[in-house]
Amino acid sequence: MGKLKSSFKNMLLSLAFISIVVACLLAFVFKMTEEPIEKAKKQRQENAIKEVVPDFNNNPAEEKFEVEISDGSKLTVFPAKQDGKLVGIAVETNTAKGFSGEITVMAGFDIDGTVKNYAVLKHAETPGLGAKMQEWFSDASKPGQNVINRKWNNGVKVKKDGGDIDAITAATITSRAFVDALNRAYEAYLKTMENDSCKK
Amino acid sequence: MNKNLNILTNGILKENPVLVLLLGMCPTLGTTSSAINGFGMGIATAFVLVCSNLVISLLKNLIPDKVRIPAFIVIIASFVTVVEMIMQAYMPPLYESLGLFIPLIVVNCIVLGRAEAFASKNTPLSSTFDGIGMGAGFTLALTILGAVREFLGTGKIFDFPVYPEDYGLIIFVLPPGAFIVLGFLIVIVNKLKTTKN
Repeated sequence: MGKLKSSFKNMLLSLAFISIVVACLLAFVFKMTEEPIEKAKKQRQENAIKEVVPDFNNNPAEEKFEVEISDGSKLTVFPAKQDGKLVGIAVETNTAKGFSGEITVMAGFDIDGTVKNYAVLKHAETPGLGAKMQEWFSDASKPGQNVINRKWNNGVKVKKDGGDIDAITAATITSRAFVDALNRAYEAYLKTMENDSCKK
Repeated sequence: MNKNLNILTNGILKENPVLVLLLGMCPTLGTTSSAINGFGMGIATAFVLVCSNLVISLLKNLIPDKVRIPAFIVIIASFVTVVEMIMQAYMPPLYESLGLFIPLIVVNCIVLGRAEAFASKNTPLSSTFDGIGMGAGFTLALTILGAVREFLGTGKIFDFPVYPEDYGLIIFVLPPGAFIVLGFLIVIVNKLKTTKN
């Protein structure tokens, strides 16, 4: 068979044929991977929640709700309950103050407002500097920079801004952003605690 | 068969897409901050390259000349989407780190370049071999580039620590490091080629 001539009809048919076949293929793969993708996402979220709050036996991902904080943005809160009693909450918080792009953090609080743990979910900070957030702020041997088990307050700042948290060496902007993310999470925590319905 | 073997090694050495043809620089520079990222990107591109080369050479008589570029793009784009979905479903950590660059395979010059320059003129078998060769060459170049940058920048290779991270030169993990290392790699390849001749 020779090559098809570039007549209008041939071009139309050939492109239409290719598009239809490709569309079918994509639909098939989409159906096939839809469930695993959903599962992988959920798994990730669940792992992050498990890491940051005290032991629980409910399903926080199913009981999640949104809390509006003072700047108008909404954060997702995952309540962790042990036998129906609230033991802590995980807040998926974010900040736009990062050195490069948005930083998303899962922050966990005890019911008394102590930071239980955190997990950096997404960031695009400088490798080797700002990217050290996950290790830096959870180093138990260095109390100046450790935020774990720290009783959080409103408006916590890094040392350079007159606060009491040691910033990552050579990554003050990232550190500020990280603290900002936790501050936002804390705000959501306070709002959640004000709300009687989830205290029980 | 001998000819096909030639085609295969051609892509890896003599016409290495990155180090000799200098095609597909965007993913090359962007994703090679570590050896494993470079390797993952290379494999994903190689997969797309083999599939699109094979399909395009099978369909070459069915595609009228005047619409060949859109037809190629549609085929390549669909394979990339397939790779993206599969990666997202079964290899989420790799997907996280390559994220943005996967859709960019569509516009990777190597893939379209091979479709246009090779697959549309050759048999499906040679085209497949060309895809494998070019894909392997691309993967090899990206892995080496990633490994060198990771080693100089963070003191690790494939996440295996070689020397303390604090002594690493962070610039090599940052964008300028990509240009510097790529430049030196091209120098080495050119030197090897000239001495061989």
